Amino acid sequence: MTEFYRNYLAVAVFIGAALLMVGAMLGAGRLLRPTRPTDEKLIPYEAGSDPVLGFGQSNVRYYVYALLFVMFDVEAVFIFPWAVQLETLGTFGLIEMVIFIVILALGLVYAWRKGVLRWA
Amino acid sequence: MILGASAPFSPIDTPSIAWLAIAPVIALAAAGILVVMARALLRGRPAAGAVATGLAILGIGAAGGLLAWQWFHVRDHGPISTMTDMVRTDPFAVYLGILVVAATAAAVFLSITYLRTEGLEGPEYLALVLLSAAGMLAMTSANDLVVVFVALEVLSIPLYVLAAFDRRRLGSQEAGIKYFVLGAFASALLLYGIALVYGATGTTSLTGIAEFLTARRVFEDGTLLAGIVLLIVGLGFKVSSAPFHQWTPDVYQGAPSPVTAFMSSATKVAGFAAFLRVFLVAFPVYRSDWRPVIMALAVASLVVGTFAAVVQTDLKRMLAYSSISHAGYILVAFAAAGTDDVQAASRGLQAALLYLLTYTFMTIGAFGVVTVVGRRTHDGRHGLSQYRGLARREPVLAGFLTFFLLAQAGVPFTGGFVAKLQVFASAVDAQEYWLAIVAVLSTVVAAFFYLRVTVVLFGADDVAGAHDEAGSDEAASRSPRSRRWIDVPAGAVLVVSVVLVVWSGVFPGFFLDFARDAGSLLALP
Repeated sequence: MTEFYRNYLAVAVFIGAALLMVGAMLGAGRLLRPTRPTDEKLIPYEAGSDPVLGFGQSNVRYYVYALLFVMFDVEAVFIFPWAVQLETLGTFGLIEMVIFIVILALGLVYAWRKGVLRWA
Repeated sequence: MILGASAPFSPIDTPSIAWLAIAPVIALAAAGILVVMARALLRGRPAAGAVATGLAILGIGAAGGLLAWQWFHVRDHGPISTMTDMVRTDPFAVYLGILVVAATAAAVFLSITYLRTEGLEGPEYLALVLLSAAGMLAMTSANDLVVVFVALEVLSIPLYVLAAFDRRRLGSQEAGIKYFVLGAFASALLLYGIALVYGATGTTSLTGIAEFLTARRVFEDGTLLAGIVLLIVGLGFKVSSAPFHQWTPDVYQGAPSPVTAFMSSATKVAGFAAFLRVFLVAFPVYRSDWRPVIMALAVASLVVGTFAAVVQTDLKRMLAYSSISHAGYILVAFAAAGTDDVQAASRGLQAALLYLLTYTFMTIGAFGVVTVVGRRTHDGRHGLSQYRGLARREPVLAGFLTFFLLAQAGVPFTGGFVAKLQVFASAVDAQEYWLAIVAVLSTVVAAFFYLRVTVVLFGADDVAGAHDEAGSDEAASRSPRSRRWIDVPAGAVLVVSVVLVVWSGVFPGFFLDFARDAGSLLALP
């Protein structure tokens, strides 16, 4: 067995230990605790909020906001390291980033004109 | 200037960019963005649709013109290598790029009337086609596994949406979801393969991998071989070769017909561009390991594609299986291109490239006819009974379809014949006689199902069992929506395809030279 594969042995041991530990903890709990279910205890949220009726868990219309969020999230991921290295990247880097931001902004303009930012 | 004061100012060496090399990709991507903007800003104005279509055609035309410029530039001055050799524009890339742009133009022209009759008009369709085509163009000139992967994603993600574009039709939704789930899985396998190859060789550059492997022997090459296998699986999925073809019939059948035309032609060209380049450029040292796998894929694709096509009762499904068998022929030529005999290898590459050219136009033509015929039934029904007696109702369309099916079967005086002949000859040159025999035999079987459809086209309407469909078809043809005409853009696509397929069949010299020039300068070892 080479050094390369031996390094992965630690990962295998770790996975085994993790499975064992979780199994032991949940198994022990299962053996020790009394089981007396009632309707109240079986609902998902013990806080008492109803998971089915009303607004539901989350409104499907939020997906648009999630998409727009991802857009700006990705933008931020690129902008932070770029900003740190702005001076060394020079004009080339500046133009590149402007093009990148403009393309993303066009996406926002499209979403806006499409009316997805209006809730009603 | 606190940063500048503490750390010495040293500009990062930005890679030099040869703009000509990436200009066609930029043209398509820019056209895609402009199309979206035009429709977003002109929303509600009557001219918006025309402006979007015009911009799309302009972008495709610009990309085509730039590719023609590239062709002559590359021929006279040699390949352009740019972005630290991650992109390499050589004749191989330009040739396949021209095919991609031609297929994109066809997809746009076929869809103009289709989208209107189906009520699917919107900038999104054109924008997605253009962005996908930009990814395909990037793929043809990718000289780095990372560029291959990024290009693959750029071309795939719009296609997932396009497959599901007809949201009201259940089949289209199913096609989109299926293609997305399986395609994402295949992409993940490809990425894992890239990671393993990088782990074994320390580089993702195709030429870099080749240099590494020729310079030294890798003794424990388990990681590298596993990476090569995963690359074969990922790319084999994209070119829909058996046994990674399961998605093809469902997706081709469910997707809107112009999208199917685009997927079956342009995607296959781009997929084979990456497939051929990765293996012929990066892994020639390991040819004795991957060539048998390619041959196995070729035989599996030929057998599965042909025999499954025989029993299909839906024309789109049948054409999907026939496209799987076409992938088999290209893989036969690919296996021939992988030999260490330089003469036979270049012959094989030439055959593969020529086959891709004729296949592109044959399949665009066939799915073009399907698009026009499908308009009568909202693109929902493509059973063979639907096409029974088409020759009497719509003789022109039936004539086109017959021609493209016969060309795909490999009838002499069509491009299909010359392309198939080249493939067989290349397999013989590479001394893989049994591969040539399998290919010839599957051509014989394939002729059966192509001819069967032709017989159906010219058959009588009132054959037992076809009454129901024929009756509802009459009803459909009475409704005002389904007038019997071939719109001008779709008709132009069909006519151009016929001309090219006949030309490449009767006077193949020009196309053979074109394919040879394209293949000869791929840096074969």
